Amino acid sequence: MKYVDEYRDPAAAERLLVAIRGLVTRPWTLMEVCGGQTHAILKYGIDELLPAGVTLLHGPGCPVCVTPLEKIDRAIALASRPDVIFCSFGDMLRVPGTDCDLLSVKASGGDVRIVYSPLDALRIATENPGKQVVFFAVGFETTAPGNAMAVYQARRAGVGNFSVLVSHVLVPPALEAVLDSPHCRVQGFLAAGHVCAVMGYAEYAPIAARYRVPIVVTGFEPLDILQGVYLCLKQLEEGRAEVENQYSRVVSEHGNRPAQALVSEVFRVVDRAWRGIGDIARSGLGLTEAFAQFDAERRFDLSQVGPRPEPAECIAGLVLQGVKKPPECEAFAGRCTPEHPLGATMVSPEGACAAYYRHRRLTARQGKTS
Amino acid sequence: MCLAVPGRITSISGDDPMTRTAKVSFGGVLVDVNLAYVPEVKVDDYVIVHAGFALSQIDEAEAVRIFDELSRLAPDLEEGGEPAA
Amino acid sequence: MSRPDDVSPSCPVPLSQYGHVLLAHGGGGRLMHDLIERVFLSAFRNPALDTGHDAAVVDAGGARIAFTTDSYVVHPLFFPGGSIGTLAVNGTVNDLAMAGARPVALSAGFIIEEGLSVEVLERVVASMRDAAREAGVPIVTGDTKVVDRGKGDGVFVNTAGVGLVEHGLRIAPASVRPGDAVILSGDVGRHGMAIMAVRENLAFESAIESDCAPVTAPVLDLVASGAEVHCLRDLTRGGLASALNEIAGGARAGITVEERLVPVREDVRGACEILGFDPMYVANEGRFVAFVPEADAARAVDVLRRHAVSASACVIGRVAAGPAGLVAVRTALGAARVLDMLSGEQLPRIC
Repeated sequence: MKYVDEYRDPAAAERLLVAIRGLVTRPWTLMEVCGGQTHAILKYGIDELLPAGVTLLHGPGCPVCVTPLEKIDRAIALASRPDVIFCSFGDMLRVPGTDCDLLSVKASGGDVRIVYSPLDALRIATENPGKQVVFFAVGFETTAPGNAMAVYQARRAGVGNFSVLVSHVLVPPALEAVLDSPHCRVQGFLAAGHVCAVMGYAEYAPIAARYRVPIVVTGFEPLDILQGVYLCLKQLEEGRAEVENQYSRVVSEHGNRPAQALVSEVFRVVDRAWRGIGDIARSGLGLTEAFAQFDAERRFDLSQVGPRPEPAECIAGLVLQGVKKPPECEAFAGRCTPEHPLGATMVSPEGACAAYYRHRRLTARQGKTS
Repeated sequence: MCLAVPGRITSISGDDPMTRTAKVSFGGVLVDVNLAYVPEVKVDDYVIVHAGFALSQIDEAEAVRIFDELSRLAPDLEEGGEPAA
Repeated sequence: MSRPDDVSPSCPVPLSQYGHVLLAHGGGGRLMHDLIERVFLSAFRNPALDTGHDAAVVDAGGARIAFTTDSYVVHPLFFPGGSIGTLAVNGTVNDLAMAGARPVALSAGFIIEEGLSVEVLERVVASMRDAAREAGVPIVTGDTKVVDRGKGDGVFVNTAGVGLVEHGLRIAPASVRPGDAVILSGDVGRHGMAIMAVRENLAFESAIESDCAPVTAPVLDLVASGAEVHCLRDLTRGGLASALNEIAGGARAGITVEERLVPVREDVRGACEILGFDPMYVANEGRFVAFVPEADAARAVDVLRRHAVSASACVIGRVAAGPAGLVAVRTALGAARVLDMLSGEQLPRIC
């Protein structure tokens, strides 16, 4: 496949690794902020191939993991209603709510459907006029344009039985929350390439300047990640703290303007709670007044479903901020596994804990049995 | 949050810019993709697709640059990735 | 935090955590194995059952009889390259083949949902007749039931098969030895993506067809060639990864696979990329893995390649002494990662 295979070439990867090894003179800690990048790093074993002094932390880049418990419980409440067809991306089905997850609701007879695109949910609404169709609109900025389009087309076509349960989050405020934490060890960031494809990267310049951290917009294939790591380390070795664009074949500085325009029309910036981290001001998206009729939280009475406390053992918050690695959690691979997860980072395959569990059980186990 | 895959546009249909749709090929598999956010693309262009939406056109020239930069890295490396003796 | 058997399929959490059976319990992954172990195996225990192989081999009147059963609940009933009917015949024929058995006869039981069109039923049955003819095995007995509308998915089919084991090998996970070569009979991921394509409404330039096909001929040839076949396993739900995990667990050995040696067709890869699937976990139907001593590997691959259904057979990895039950993959870049059993079914993702 073009634009995929060439970025997985082992010989080219080796070049980058040799260059990285030749470059570093001291330990560095980098963070990548995208579940997709976490996935690629673990799938190809990139963190294993990097020199020992280079630490790659996995940040809060998985919107599945950071969706607040209350939102999951509301999704479950809606999906359990007999008059509702609940549509969601596959990622959300196994995220644990307070009592169960969407998959169990499906098992008990709820009409829960996985969709590939938000437009599929809209189509289901037009095909089922006698039912309410609710779409779980989660994601970072990458998914906002698609979700916005579904709501926009719903209003334009007058699809009255369609609504969205919104839990969108934004990356830059999350980066700042990580950097503001007193435990923060992150010295450089790999910014999420597809988020930047939509938003551009102009908003990262003030962050790089204020916190003096290099930020490299990075893609998702092994060569992209290695090159992103290389550029970030080069900046650190040279004492620079700039924004660079490794993923230039897809990302431009201004981003995708038509997408930003529609997102601004349908959504507005709101405060959001991040599961495991807490409230971050102006870090999420909610519907604008013009589209408020499509807000599932207004259309349905969900007042009974309020904020809940998390299981005490789950340190997902510390993992999301890169303060702890999953194997440092007491419950990791014992009481908390993908089959019976305590927190969202173990559920989503991109969640740091699940990714670690899946691919690192070998070395983690060897370490622990010593 | 980022599973977006590059694919080649094989055909385009629809006059309304908001619902303009392409059949995009991923290794031979065709998927219907909304082109509202990439109004300039044409057949045979490559786009990055996420959840049924094209978010960006792939810039061939920029794609070539990574490999040019790579070849300038680790100049001691021979073909096949082994350091020169 | 050492739990010496945390690689065994037993789930340490009581099954009652899930009061209802989930769809994922049928997915071929860890949850399904938990259900089987805790509910079925514990109730029915006996030596033949405990070999934990696709078909059981029992001694009867001096002959070694292979016996297996499978139920087919696939939806949609028809998909590119096959139907619930072709699956029902070939799936059971192939389970017999995994014991190295020549299929002798099949049964076919039907649970039909009220309202199913007779024309659809006839098409399913015709596909079974054709598949049985191709596999060279008669359907000699059967059963028919009808359930209320809404209580079935059109039709469920159960087939059972008996076969004759005419070799002296003990083909089972317990026979696998460190140093054995792992041979894969062909490219992976076709069946699962063919089904998913119809479900997810993906149109195809060149349709991905299910690889559903009988594998009796190459297997019997392999056994007849004199290669010391230690284990065979057909790849169904849960894909290559699940089959390898099952065998590694049963053999109490480790398996290492070279990712770049596992063949995946371009269009299957494209479909996997879009939905975020890993081809190692995608269902197959006409594919199997064979474990033979290293010395027999070249001959085994040769024999398999003479048959169309296994024309791209290749060695993909090796068995090691340990860590017991662990399947490791060497990635394209040369690093190693664990190829775990899936906990449930793979779900399309955007993240």
